Amino acid sequence: MSLTVSEVKDCAHLARLGIEERDVGSYAKDLSGMLDLMTQMSDLDTDGVEPMAHPMDQVQRLRADVVTEQVDREKFQAIAPQVEAGLYLVPKVIE
Amino acid sequence: MYNKTIAELAKGLRSGEFSSVELTSAFLDRIKQHRSLNAYITVTEDLALQQAKAADLRLATGEAELLTGIPMAQKDIFCTEGVKTSCGSKMLDNFIAPYNATVVAKFNDAGAVMLGKLNMDEFAMGSSNETSYYGSVKNPWDTHTVPGGSSGGSAAAVAARLAVCATGTDTGGSIRQPAALCGITGLKPTYGRVSRYGMIAYASSLDQGGPMTRSAEDSAIMLQTMAGFDDKDSTSVDLPVPDYRAGLSNSLEGLKIGLPKEFFGEGLNSDVAATIEAAIDECRKLGATVTEISMPSLKLAIPAYYVIAPAECSANLSRFDGVRFGYRCENPADLTDLYTRSRGEGFGKEVKRRILMGTYALSAGYYDAYYIKAQKIRRLISEDFKRALSEVDVMMGPVTPSTAFGIGEKIGNPIEMYLSDIYTIAINLAGVPAMSVPAGFAKGLPVGLQIIGNYFAEDKLLNIAHQYQQVTDWHLRIPKGFE
Repeated sequence: MSLTVSEVKDCAHLARLGIEERDVGSYAKDLSGMLDLMTQMSDLDTDGVEPMAHPMDQVQRLRADVVTEQVDREKFQAIAPQVEAGLYLVPKVIE
Repeated sequence: MYNKTIAELAKGLRSGEFSSVELTSAFLDRIKQHRSLNAYITVTEDLALQQAKAADLRLATGEAELLTGIPMAQKDIFCTEGVKTSCGSKMLDNFIAPYNATVVAKFNDAGAVMLGKLNMDEFAMGSSNETSYYGSVKNPWDTHTVPGGSSGGSAAAVAARLAVCATGTDTGGSIRQPAALCGITGLKPTYGRVSRYGMIAYASSLDQGGPMTRSAEDSAIMLQTMAGFDDKDSTSVDLPVPDYRAGLSNSLEGLKIGLPKEFFGEGLNSDVAATIEAAIDECRKLGATVTEISMPSLKLAIPAYYVIAPAECSANLSRFDGVRFGYRCENPADLTDLYTRSRGEGFGKEVKRRILMGTYALSAGYYDAYYIKAQKIRRLISEDFKRALSEVDVMMGPVTPSTAFGIGEKIGNPIEMYLSDIYTIAINLAGVPAMSVPAGFAKGLPVGLQIIGNYFAEDKLLNIAHQYQQVTDWHLRIPKGFE
């Protein structure tokens, strides 16, 4: 099975992942190789098998609804690329 | 003194033979001397000396723990407050973590000294440490070969005595494979045993942190500090932590070892196979019995893993958006351009490959065929393990099909690189613990024996590894040039 150049571009768009035009072909080739590997999975009959999402089949734990964390905005924003007046700055979204 | 174990160093620190400051300085000197290995991304010299001074004070008051004053290092995937935490990526090259991972906090509480942050494959995606933004790490046994990955910096640093011990993380073999290729002892605990809080996520249902040390006893000491329930990790398992050193001296008389025949088939290098067989013979001499077993679903572990891990990675790595922290591209035209270019410029090729694969496997129309199918196979693999481990106490086999390969040898062929994880990946899918123990050499390069146990049977694995290390000296060997 192979992945086309346009499918690679679609996935890159979905993931908001910039890839260089000159690299698209090599990604298509590598991903097609991975898909070949994955198609081996169809050799195994898995009808009636329950999908396994967690090694211990553990469910998410609940905790009491109490405040345990204090957000230190200044500390966290100190590592942000661009901040002003306590707000994260991004390019203008609404004209 | 850099050849001593944690227990020996702890004794020396208490008897006044040397101070933690002296010990730490000796390691910092060695790190400088062997910078060409590229094992460290960041050396935290000032912090280390500060922690060493504090440790000496604590030792003087008699309130010290075994790890107090011991110079160790953290894989650069663990967040360390106030210290760069890069995860081997350009994306986080400017990231100064604002908090400590639980594992880091636990070592701090124990009074351990952090020498620095260790090199690794970018976001832990790789088997050779060649995907790191900071360049390849060299294997101290042969500097033309890779140390393995993704915890390659950890393995190289411990093997070269640039740290007494180190942390690693293992998603598909990333502790055990580099441990095997560098001739050290690496333990991947049961999923949920060690907190993942502050450990930068790659594939959350597979990732697990663990100790990388020279001996099994050191591994037990480190795990004692690392293990335990953590409220901050929703997948942490709430079970008591046993005393991992208590059972180290137990006899192996009557131990039942299973050898999965799938681990000894085609593709296994004959020198590695001979070394592993000799190691198993050694266990027989210690009183163990050996039977062949079968794990029929094992052959599908690699395909299932390369659906599940990239799928989880594509979701986890969506947080790197150039807005709140990490790399941001220059002059973004609009918000989409900001996301797309920041991610495009910040991530390396292997990470992009896995994000793309994961996005594809999770996209509409393919979700059932790939993702759900892989999760069903994961269940079958885990049932294989449960069945096998109800018949035998542990399983043994090789960690890797060959010894360390050359730098540059496989990086151009990702599929070939993935296939080299054949013996480690299934363990993560099942979630059971496994160890790599130095078992000898093939043509001058280290070989690792893998010991796989039942859920939460880390004490059993450590016991076997320790007993094996009482009758062998492979774990004591030092690479040439690092004596």
